[in-house]
Amino acid sequence: MGFNKLIDNKKVLSLCAVLMLTGTNLLMAQGTTAAAAEKPGVNWLSVGYYVLLFVLGCIAVAIIGKILRVYDLSQKIQGKAGINWNNLMAVICIVFLVAGGIGTYWSFTVHGSMILPEAASVHGAKIDSMFWTTTGITMVVFVVTQILLFSFLFVYRHSAKRRAYYLPHNNTIEKVWTIAPAIVLTVLVIFGFFTWQEVTNTKEVKGDVNIDITGEQFAWNLRYPGPDGLLGKKNYKLIVGSNKLGIDFTDKNSTDDLKADTMFLPVNKSIRLNIGSKDIIHSVYMPHFRVQLNAVPGLPTFFKFTPRYTTEQMRQKTDDPKFEYLVYCNKICGSSHYNMQKVVRVVSEAEYNQWLAKQQPYLTPALRTELKLAEVKKNNISTNRLALNN
Amino acid sequence: MSTLAVHDHEVGHHDDGHGHHHKETFISKYVFSMDHKMIGKQFLITGITMAFIAMILSILFRIQLAYPDTAFPLLETLLGRFAPEGRLDPEFYLSLVTIHGTIMVFFVLTAGLSGTFSNLLIPLQVGARDMASPFMNMLSYWFFFTACVIMLSSFFIQKGPAGPGWTIYPPLSALPTAMKGSGMGMTLWLISMVFFIASSLMGGINYVSTVLNMRTKGMDLWKMPLTIWAFFLTAILGVLSFPVLVAGVVLLIFDRSFGTSFYLSDIVVNGQIMPMEGGSPILFQHLFWFLGHPEVYIVIMPAMGISSEIMSVNSRKPIFGYHAMVYSLIGITVLSFIVWGHHMFVTGMNPFLGGVFMITTLIIAVPSAVKTFNWLATIWRGNIRFTPAMLFAIGMVSFFISGGITGIFLGNAALDINLHDTYFVVAHFHLVMGSAAIFGMLAGVYHWFPKMFGKMMDDKLGYLHFWLTFIGAYLVFFPMHFMGLDGVPRRYYAFTEFVSMQRWLSVNMFVTWAAIISALAQFAFLYNFIHSIFWGKKTIQNPWQANTLEWTAPIEHFHGNWHGEIPSVYRWPYDYSKPGAEEDYILQTTPLSQTMSSNVPHDFEDNPAGLEELSKWTSTQKANEEVK
Repeated sequence: MGFNKLIDNKKVLSLCAVLMLTGTNLLMAQGTTAAAAEKPGVNWLSVGYYVLLFVLGCIAVAIIGKILRVYDLSQKIQGKAGINWNNLMAVICIVFLVAGGIGTYWSFTVHGSMILPEAASVHGAKIDSMFWTTTGITMVVFVVTQILLFSFLFVYRHSAKRRAYYLPHNNTIEKVWTIAPAIVLTVLVIFGFFTWQEVTNTKEVKGDVNIDITGEQFAWNLRYPGPDGLLGKKNYKLIVGSNKLGIDFTDKNSTDDLKADTMFLPVNKSIRLNIGSKDIIHSVYMPHFRVQLNAVPGLPTFFKFTPRYTTEQMRQKTDDPKFEYLVYCNKICGSSHYNMQKVVRVVSEAEYNQWLAKQQPYLTPALRTELKLAEVKKNNISTNRLALNN
Repeated sequence: MSTLAVHDHEVGHHDDGHGHHHKETFISKYVFSMDHKMIGKQFLITGITMAFIAMILSILFRIQLAYPDTAFPLLETLLGRFAPEGRLDPEFYLSLVTIHGTIMVFFVLTAGLSGTFSNLLIPLQVGARDMASPFMNMLSYWFFFTACVIMLSSFFIQKGPAGPGWTIYPPLSALPTAMKGSGMGMTLWLISMVFFIASSLMGGINYVSTVLNMRTKGMDLWKMPLTIWAFFLTAILGVLSFPVLVAGVVLLIFDRSFGTSFYLSDIVVNGQIMPMEGGSPILFQHLFWFLGHPEVYIVIMPAMGISSEIMSVNSRKPIFGYHAMVYSLIGITVLSFIVWGHHMFVTGMNPFLGGVFMITTLIIAVPSAVKTFNWLATIWRGNIRFTPAMLFAIGMVSFFISGGITGIFLGNAALDINLHDTYFVVAHFHLVMGSAAIFGMLAGVYHWFPKMFGKMMDDKLGYLHFWLTFIGAYLVFFPMHFMGLDGVPRRYYAFTEFVSMQRWLSVNMFVTWAAIISALAQFAFLYNFIHSIFWGKKTIQNPWQANTLEWTAPIEHFHGNWHGEIPSVYRWPYDYSKPGAEEDYILQTTPLSQTMSSNVPHDFEDNPAGLEELSKWTSTQKANEEVK
């Protein structure tokens, strides 16, 4: 017993005294320095107390250890068996099993009720059913294996009268528990594979609402197509202060592209979210819709989904009048990674069209004149070059 | 052949036979030692030091998560500009997370675990005098030590340590203007990692060649303890996958410092259009995870091997399904090379690939399940002794189950869409590879402490350490699953900016306090460890009544491990509680001819002469019985 020697030693007492003294010293010192320091400094008193608390905790542990040791020895002197630590551990195992079971149940009910509400998109419903199936199967395995583990520990605790059962292997049972998980996992794989295919293997369909979302440190930029329903081309080399997304305005599809602050989505319409990034990798994460895809610079991607509940409906479902859908960043991207969000609002198609009509195009009159000037300059240069060539 | 090779090596070192004590200087004994036992101890102590540092870092960011609006002036005193006004800087928070992850995964659970126990146990359990190349073994440690020093030195530079997460995805890690942590700190990270990988490779090559070439007489592959199988396969895994990370890291160094664009394209940072074109950030992720996934098995397989051995010894029962245990380790080794894409389901990788990786990923759950069931069958009808090592081995199994099960969610591409990079992932890998592997490591420390230091550790403190850590780890990581299911992302500096996340604040406080208590419990271990090295009770030759070879070696350490000839091996390492045997264990070095009463036909599978002997013996026994 390591700590016996420690406690036997008079050093402990002196250590205790020293700590008390330094504690008071710190207290005194605090009085003088606190007045001298202008800005709020470290409260060394409380730091000292925490250290003292830790030391007292250690001493308490040592004392308990000592008491147990003394008890153990006195029992042995009287010819009785001392503390049977092995049995004690076995009992704690079973106590842990019961307490752990209660704790798990408590966590499932309390924390379990805090998880995301029902999926607000069509494909999300499939993901949810997949999730609940997997949860059902795995929870059975979890509960059964943990119960077996800890109850075996209790039941088969050491006894001098018994010998363990020599059982090196049993091929039948090993085959059973290789094949059984294989079958269960095959079912999950097939189920999951088809769900995944359905979610990701989506073709471009006419009538999809195309929305561009571009990540940058630390904001999301949205671009909606104008009346022509088409988004124009982009080129990162065109990015300047007045054209933050690098929209290529020589493409006539881009002249009517609209800017937006909030992501409005029409309910029950297929949305095609075109995802890009200006600088580093971000991740478009819309948990309520079960949507996530990284925004990778140089690799344009898209995610298609169909919202099925409007914001209003979701507010009623969650019983929270302030509920908002959100899109936020889920890939580490720097200092303000933790605050890179945008509100998403799902509305009826009529409301959506109304809202869209009010949005301003990226090509502002100011930008138009600026581009015109640039055009003229470019023309001048090219005529000069022609002249030179001649 | 193995003994021959050993003999040659010995002759080169000392001319007058085995077991001769060198006159060693302090430097050659404790610093630049070439003895595998000392190198193992060096790895262990460095690993424990790094683990404590990484643990303190985690407590720092846990405090930030629990009290995002409170200022702690003490933090400013300790951390200076990294915690202005007593609150952590958001970029320093990311650095803490990054360095915590890097140290724990690489420096503690790879080098600290494999480095310690492969070095200590491979020669002792296969019956060799030392590693195949003791000099390379020494280099392996010193490269590791250099890597540690470089990694920690990044705390003392102006902009602080690397910050883009332990996975260091470019472009964030490649653009020094994108964040402070991508500056000098990132360069140091990369240099440190190159040293680390060199160390791992030298270690790994040594482990593989020692296991293959230097086993003692009679020690065929199917007589090796599961620990050796685990270390052997881990080393193979490391040797094959770590070089790929070097490739990835070197290309990243080129991108950062020499203007190439392997990983970069179409980038505008702070309004400045970058000239790089044509690279792909996804390429880095492929290279990283080609190591990164095998890496998690590099971390967990030694823990599995150690736990198997300890559970068998302390249940006084053979490990159930030894062959199945080995084949499942081999299965995990092979499969782990083709599952890396499950870290990349939502990166924009071709969805078809996602589907393929999902299938391979869920297949790897089968060998893991087999192992779990075999552990349960091992303790079933055992005669269980609760040494601290046994408790930690059991804790490892419990964590492996709890964390492994959530892997089935994350390995499913469809479910991963919503769970990727949330706290669900944090909970998953901290249980299945963090806690499980560290418990495997602690089990090993408690179990082989007598072998390492010739002293016993204190059991009662071990019990206290176990229960506080075990319960604490569950309290820390269990609630995190639900945060993930609520869509709370990992690596967020604070949850204050989201109305929907503020309700998790109370859970965060709870988690932080659980983390602090389990961190304090580690001091019980630290005290026990240091105190026992110097003042612990002296050990006996075979304190756990185990069968394996290392317990036949003398307690006092000397270069060469055994006086005289290395013992020969006659049987597998798991003959515990064999019916008919006098004691409940039979050493591997006991010939079958000395244990006639306990032999079974199975012992003579490839040995017809022996089988005949056995049937002769049984018939004489029967005849004797009848005479009586």
